[in-house]
Amino acid sequence: MDFIIGHYNYWIAIFLMMIGFYTVISRGNLVKKIIGLNIFQVSVFLLYISMSTVKGGAAPIITAGVKLYSNPLPHVLILTAIVVGVATTALGLALVVRIKEAYGTIEEDEIHQQDHSL
Amino acid sequence: MIDIFITVILLAFLAITAVSIVRMTNLFAIIMLFGIFSFLSAAIFVVMDAVDVAFTEAAVGAGISTVLMLATIALTRDHHEKASTSHRPWLPLAVVIVTGAALVYGTLDIPWFGDPEAPAQMHVAPYYIERSVPETGVPNVVTAVLASYRGFDTLGEVIVVFTAGIAVMLLIGGRRRKSNARSNEGEEDDK
Amino acid sequence: MTNNLILRVVSKSLIPLIIVFALYVQFHGDYGPGGGFQAGVIMSAAIILYALVFGLDAAEQVIPSTILRILASLGVLIYAGVGVVTLFLGGNYLDYSVLGETRVAGQHLGILLVELGVGMTVFSVMLIIFFAFAGRGRP
Repeated sequence: MDFIIGHYNYWIAIFLMMIGFYTVISRGNLVKKIIGLNIFQVSVFLLYISMSTVKGGAAPIITAGVKLYSNPLPHVLILTAIVVGVATTALGLALVVRIKEAYGTIEEDEIHQQDHSL
Repeated sequence: MIDIFITVILLAFLAITAVSIVRMTNLFAIIMLFGIFSFLSAAIFVVMDAVDVAFTEAAVGAGISTVLMLATIALTRDHHEKASTSHRPWLPLAVVIVTGAALVYGTLDIPWFGDPEAPAQMHVAPYYIERSVPETGVPNVVTAVLASYRGFDTLGEVIVVFTAGIAVMLLIGGRRRKSNARSNEGEEDDK
Repeated sequence: MTNNLILRVVSKSLIPLIIVFALYVQFHGDYGPGGGFQAGVIMSAAIILYALVFGLDAAEQVIPSTILRILASLGVLIYAGVGVVTLFLGGNYLDYSVLGETRVAGQHLGILLVELGVGMTVFSVMLIIFFAFAGRGRP
């Protein structure tokens, strides 16, 4: 039981990562691919935050009388990663909009058909 | 004990939401579910003591991302994912299962969740926690590390955000020119 | 959505509160959760709410896109400029200790300025992105 609780967070992170990965490689709709990438991204956040947690620790804001804090470093890394993530997501969505204007579709199959590339 | 219980339940919700995102084909519903997904992950970050991260995830993931995705499906006027013909699910599924199994095997000797003796807690983190108030006078260690100890890092991130803004502006900012591309919809040609 | 009375009234009373909260998050980030990244996003959410309810043209009158572009660059410039100032005062790049009379005062000032730069850039870049997406759909 302790073994399962000790690894549960990591397994869920891996599960989410694989869900996101599956969405990216198996779906043809470009918006859905970007959502898959976002799920993948959240799984990485989850992995980092799980590693920063200390049992019985408090949030890393120094308060009198508290001895044990969680690790602040992964929080910093993920905090900036989230904001950079939304910026790159916006860039991907902008590309989707341009693809729609150029090809009239956002389905990967139809784009390949128009390009005769498959 | 109670926080572990809450985490277990919230993580299960997160996994269920992710599965239903993959199975749905209505893009509007998918985007709304993705907003819920972001809020759930923010709640999990609060339980795991990462309050700053939770704050950002709730504002960015559930707020701005959702708005941008809704704007995209409004622009592309495509609200349903079409059933794919060339994609068969079995090969991707096999790839995903094999990769996942390898990763799960890798977690077997990882330090347990919440272990205070884990290598990740041993090196710089005690330094930051002990020295941030005497050195910077800032009780929120995350802010101190973000702006002061790792200032270079954050400068890079800000420049990435700035560059992404410029790139979006170059791609879709400004008015649309008369399009001579292969557009299926005639109404777009006269704009 | 511009004719919906309830939305207009509720958002009119909410937007000032959101902006005040964003400023609180910006300047209280040293003591509680928060900082430039979060404050910038919350501030831009207020303007996005305004644009959704009152229309894009009204929002662009509140904050024109030229000002947004200047703000975005200015934020990065403040951040990098603080580093250059510390160089001239004899410290390392982005070592804020030399900015004030004491080490702690210098660090405090440096963190405040840097977070301000971060907040400005994030706020304006999020709005630039939103206006680009929303403006694309305009006839």
